[in-house]
This record gives sequence, C-alpha cells and structure tokens, in this order.
Amino acid sequence: MTLAEKILAAHCGRNQVSPGELINVRADMVLANDVTAPLAIKEFRRLGVSRVFDPQRVVLVPDHFVPNKDIPSAENAKILREFSREQGLVFFEVGEMGIEHVLLPEKGLVVPGDVVVGADSHTCTYGGLGAFATGMGSTDVACAMATGDIWMRVPPTIRFLYHGQRQKWVGGKDLILHTIGQIGVDGAIYSALEFDGEAITALPMDARFTMANMAVEAGAKAGLFPVDEKTLAFVKDRARRPYQAYETDPDAQYQEVRQFDVSTIEPQVAFPHSPANVKPISQVGRIDIDQAVIGSCTNGRIDDLRIAAQVIKGKRVAPWVRCIVLPGSPEVCLQAIQEGLMETFIRSGVAVSTPTCGPCLGGYMGILADGERCVATTNRNFVGRMGSPGSEVYLSNPAVAAASAILGRIAGPEEVM
Amino acid sequence: MPKPSYNGTTYRMEAKALILKGYVHKYGANVDTDVIIPARYLYTSEPAELAPHCMEDIDPSFQLRVKPGDIIVATTNFGCGSSREHAPIAIKAVGISCVIAQSFARIFYRNSMNMGLPILESDEAVAGTEKGDELEVDLTTGQIKNLTRGLTFQAKPYPPFVLELIEAGGLVEYTKRRLQAQKAKS
Repeated sequence: MTLAEKILAAHCGRNQVSPGELINVRADMVLANDVTAPLAIKEFRRLGVSRVFDPQRVVLVPDHFVPNKDIPSAENAKILREFSREQGLVFFEVGEMGIEHVLLPEKGLVVPGDVVVGADSHTCTYGGLGAFATGMGSTDVACAMATGDIWMRVPPTIRFLYHGQRQKWVGGKDLILHTIGQIGVDGAIYSALEFDGEAITALPMDARFTMANMAVEAGAKAGLFPVDEKTLAFVKDRARRPYQAYETDPDAQYQEVRQFDVSTIEPQVAFPHSPANVKPISQVGRIDIDQAVIGSCTNGRIDDLRIAAQVIKGKRVAPWVRCIVLPGSPEVCLQAIQEGLMETFIRSGVAVSTPTCGPCLGGYMGILADGERCVATTNRNFVGRMGSPGSEVYLSNPAVAAASAILGRIAGPEEVM
Repeated sequence: MPKPSYNGTTYRMEAKALILKGYVHKYGANVDTDVIIPARYLYTSEPAELAPHCMEDIDPSFQLRVKPGDIIVATTNFGCGSSREHAPIAIKAVGISCVIAQSFARIFYRNSMNMGLPILESDEAVAGTEKGDELEVDLTTGQIKNLTRGLTFQAKPYPPFVLELIEAGGLVEYTKRRLQAQKAKS
C-alpha cells in the first residue's frame, strides 16, 4: 500500500484498502475557519446533537477576514468564538491566531499519520508531516464534527520523485509550480500525491509544507511526504498527542510515477490566471508590478521570511510599489523579530502585518485595483483572486517576490544580490 | 414519489422537479470557485445575498441573461479551487437547475451533493451543446435532451454510495439517522 492507503486503512480499522473503495474514516482533527465555520455550525445544529465528538479534536481558526475587516466579518468571528466557548473547543483568538495551516502543525495539533479533514481547500498542507489531510465543504465538516468520522473514496496515488540538487534560490514553491505546470490544474484530480526522492529528503520542513499546500492546485485530494528525521525533529517538542508514522510499502501500486530532475528547475513564476501557467524566471520578460505580497499558508513560514529578508536587506522597495509581508503565525512573527528580519523589512519600506489570509483571497490588507499587477507567494492567481477582476496575480517563491519588490518588475534574486 | 430507474438520480428530495428544462450557459475548463462566487462576498452564506454575484468575474452579463431553470454546461474540472460551499449555494440560488460538465473538482462535487445542486457528468452532452441551446434533463434516468439540436445524451451514473446518500435526503439526514441508530444501540 501507498502511504495514503496505509493511513486510511489504519483509520477505518482494516488491514488493507484499495483505490476506489468507499470507507468510513476516523478523523484525528477536524477544522474550519471564519469563512466556512459559520455554515458548518448551522449544519451542525440541524443534526440534532448537542456536543461535538471530541472538543480536543475540533479546532476553529478565525484567519481569513480576522482581525475583523468589517461588520459582517466581525459577526462571523463572533459565531466561531461563541460556538468554541459553548463546546470547549480549541480556539485561537486574535493575538494567538495564525493562518490555520501554519498554526496547526506549529502547535502540534496535527501530527504524522493523522487523518485531518478541514473546511478549507488547503488543509492538504499537513501532508508535509506525513498526514492524510484533505479539504471538504462546511456540511461534510459539520457531520465530521458530530461523529468524528467521514466517508471517503480511497484515492489512487501518483508518485512524484525528485532527483538531483536544487539550484540556489529554488525552493519548494518552485518544485510544486513546475510540477503543476507539467501536469495541469486537473492533472491529479481525485488522486493522492506522494512526494519522494533525494531532493525531497534534502528539503526543509517549511518547503515541504509549501509543496503539500499546493497539491489541491493540481486537483489532488491530498499530498503526502514520507516521515523522516526532519519530520520527527519538527514534531518532537510540538506534538500534543502520541502519533504513529506510516511508511509506503516497497510493492505499493501507483496510478503513475513521474520523475523530475530538480537541478534543471529555475525559480518559477505562474502567470495569470492559472497556477499551471508557469514560466522559468529566465523567460518571464518585462512585467512591471504594483504590489508584492509575501506570506500566506503557502509561504508564510520563518524560512520564507528569512529568504525574503536576505534578498531585501539594505535595499529599498521600488517607488510606486507596495510590498507587504504577512507572517503566518505569532511564532513566525516573534522569530522574525528576534532575528532582525522585521527591522530589515521596515527599513526597506515593506509594510508588515499581523497574521491573516487577507490579501491572498482578495479579502483585505492589499486588494488590487483594476489593471494592477501583483507578484505573490500565495497559491492561486485566478481572475479577481486578489481584488478587481481586471487585476493580475503572478505566483512565485519569496526570493523572487522580494527581488521584484525592489526592482518594480518581476525579477530573480540574482539581479539584486 | 417516483422510484428512480436510473442508477443514478436524483436530487428528488431537493430538486423541485425531476425533469429540468432550461437554456445553456456554456463555459470552458477549470471554472474556479473564485469566479463562481468571489471571496469579497464570503462575509455571508445567505443564498439571496450570494446569488446576485454568481459568475460576475467570469461572465459579467450572466446575471442579465440567467433565468430560473437555466443550465450551466462546462468542460473539465468545474468548481476547482477553494472549498467554499458558497459556490454551489450561489449557483443554486441564482436559479440554475443543474450543472453538466465533463468532470468536476472533488470538493465541489461533494459540496453540490450536500447542497442538493444536481450535477451530471457527460462528455457527449458537453460536446453536443452550445450556449443558448435548450436542454431537458431527466434526473430519474440521467437522460439529457438537446431540444434545440434534437440530440439525446446519457449522463454517467452516480456511484452507489452517492445514491445511498441521496436516498437518505443528503448528508445531514444520513448522518442524523446514523447518530440516532448509535444512540438507540447504546
């Protein structure tokens, strides 16, 4: 069995599962945010139960439009707060709140071998820990909140093997953008992805989260990494529960196996309006920008901020360009302050925000006007994603976003270093 | 209540009619949930508040043309992107009676089922239908008739478990029954 199949089998009390089978899966963690939880709570009430299945295994994170962007957002955050108090749930108030997919691994609320269902499509991020994590809608999550389990069809697994050594400035974002560029936004529809190979072993945890995060951008149900020493070191002082790491069997059956030589991969940029519309940085041409956003559940971790600060240090953001850095969590924020990254950013003319999903989905904190262009370390560049339907978003890694902010056009870090 | 003969209907608990008739709004591949309902409107999940903004970023004249009962036809990966259930809610609330596509993104597929928005997969129906055509969809048989062109197509049947959920009246009703059965046992 593949890693995905092993985790699913263990969570439905069976020795074996095969792709296509329908199973009822026990969930180790169920989550929702301020966009999806109000609807989930409404559906939960319809179920006629008074309590969630386990208050330690349901977590609500207000992060999309919080700190409250307007009155309706305030009302939604209030619904989460009141429900969490009533049920005794794990809840993160503004000040402790981070972007859910940065926060939960950091807090040890998700661990290797888990099944996680979340009312947010980027729930697949926890695959970076070797968990089977998948996004669903509010109604599915409402039912999981009540019962602690959920129906799933066992997905086939596609294996991606990455060989060779990464070029300088190439990170997890570039590997996943390159991969999506190759297979398309529906290239992995309904499948689980398994990332492996020596280039993956060499990849730091933050970069693994970045790659797992964008599995959904290829249509995948989940994207999983093998559990290794780096994973164990990450969870060592964080895990709030005992966990079991699973391993892919040597004779596992895959729907498809693809190989990548990472030594040939340059930093990638996804052009509007699809994460699959990628070009290597050397072929981008002249694209002037109005804004650069560095953050999100994709690239809002400490390694991302370190890379951005390294590129930006001692330089100035270009005139007429807004550069916004959004640390993914209070821990990331504090670490960035202790390392002096925040001072670097502010002295360079960067605006620094408290954690929020804000601009990534066109919520607030960096909305684009008609005709404006933004380079962003986020995950989607659909029409209108960051504001006006006449605006454009280009996806990149943090080094490219930082270099672009300095030059006022999309550029690789080598141009400014 | 009619017994479905098609190994695959039916939103009969939710759909007002088993025979749907409407005009086609046609789109291409990868229609994402951000264009179905932009995030700037996600401060609410009220159908009436979401409906006027459905499809506005991909097709600004959709709102002027759409009539109750109309049908969205699209190619592959319809509903990709975010997990927002607001997408099928908005489509349903604006009066669309069903969506026919070659394939759906998986979260959208689950959400539509849970919301009671009929969705059908059919390569031939998508290939044989153009914008403005009049379709008649029989949710009990999965038959799709293009009345404008005089063509008939067959949708893929739903998987048996999906049928079971639909039989129960949707996921919430299905889960309610499960919880009651568990309670009775204990």
